[in-house]
Amino acid sequence: MRRISALKIKEAAAALAGRANFFLRRDVLTALRKAYVAEKNKRAKKILKAILDNAAIARKEKLAICQDTGMPVVFTQIGQGVIISGDLKAAINKGIEEGYKKFCLRNSIVSNPLSRGRSGFSPCVIHTDIVKGNKIKLTLLPKGFGCENKSQLKMFKPTASIEEIKKFIVEAVKDAGPDACPPYVVGVGIGATADYAGVMAKKALLREISGRSSQLEKDLLRQINKTRIGPMGLGGVHTALAVHVQTHPTHIAGLPVSVNISCHALRSASVVL
Amino acid sequence: MKKINTPLDLNKIKFLKAGEELLLSGTIYTARDQAHKRLAEAIKKGRCLPLELKNTVIYYCGPTQRPKGKVIGSCGPTTSSRMDTFTNLLLAKGLRGMIGKGNRSEEVRNGIRKYKGIYFITYAGCGALLNKYVKSVKEVAYGDLGPEAILKLEVENFPLIVAIDVNGGNVYGED
Repeated sequence: MRRISALKIKEAAAALAGRANFFLRRDVLTALRKAYVAEKNKRAKKILKAILDNAAIARKEKLAICQDTGMPVVFTQIGQGVIISGDLKAAINKGIEEGYKKFCLRNSIVSNPLSRGRSGFSPCVIHTDIVKGNKIKLTLLPKGFGCENKSQLKMFKPTASIEEIKKFIVEAVKDAGPDACPPYVVGVGIGATADYAGVMAKKALLREISGRSSQLEKDLLRQINKTRIGPMGLGGVHTALAVHVQTHPTHIAGLPVSVNISCHALRSASVVL
Repeated sequence: MKKINTPLDLNKIKFLKAGEELLLSGTIYTARDQAHKRLAEAIKKGRCLPLELKNTVIYYCGPTQRPKGKVIGSCGPTTSSRMDTFTNLLLAKGLRGMIGKGNRSEEVRNGIRKYKGIYFITYAGCGALLNKYVKSVKEVAYGDLGPEAILKLEVENFPLIVAIDVNGGNVYGED
């Protein structure tokens, strides 16, 4: 067994707050650069340039890439061989809070969704997986709500055709339209249960953007980019940078499909302890 | 590129067309969800408002905390449509311009035409880039709302695109 202290977890979480919010992911930057080079629409090209300039300024001046520094969503993978001395959840929440404060991010979290009240920096949404090994991996995804508000879930019949499912996903992007800061990365969770399809759709955003896509993902990306929503919704061929689909076995009676859209400022950072 | 200054009287904006790019200088006020809710309540109850709305520009923005040595933090636009239910009340009180991101409801598009307002969009998801156009910041009201407080910003050459013009022309097209 390996012992990891809550203090170490807290410090790691705090550091992630700065890394995720100041330094745009390399794969996202690469995808944006490619889009900038390929885009023919003059205005779309200008907007993509502004997005790239914004990332450079954020990196250089340690300013948040976006003022919406998100609901902090923390994915934890905890090795079975680890003993945590202290309170894991308290450590993550405290670390995120300290990091968000230290790096001058935004206090966007209200403690009660109905009565609202004064906003603070935490708590985060924490997802925990127990895995093999004796390490802990923490991943912070600061999820902005402009795009989170565009999330959709549909419980399809098990006999639904793939075309119906594709249509639902493309329509979800059309519904988001210009509002959620396109070009998007579209996370999709298919299968399992309503709740887990949602988690998969969000986890899909963590996957590195690369050329390696399934046929379904390629089809969806092509259809989404045909909408010509484009950067800021003002036209162009880049409505989405990527579509990532995660699947899971499901029940004979169902076929849950969840869509979680990310804005172009898809931010996340990980650390292994 | 065309440059305009606040306050926005009708003469300055009536010839602007949807899709046109321009640079705005002068005073703008941040206000988003909760500030709109409070302003709308105050208007409905006939109470006086913490800011003069006539010919004013409201920016749908809740900045990050201000880092040391900077005027303001990251400060890009938030989704405008969340303010739609309150917008016509403000337009009726003289609000002239709005800055945000994304499309507006039909009700607001009609309100813009009726009250001769104008809706601008600016670089969305680019709060670090927009930071440099803000020259000074002063809190005006609702400090208890934290990032949703109303702030008075002095801006210089703040980049805008006309999304909905005084005649209801819409850069996003019609539904």
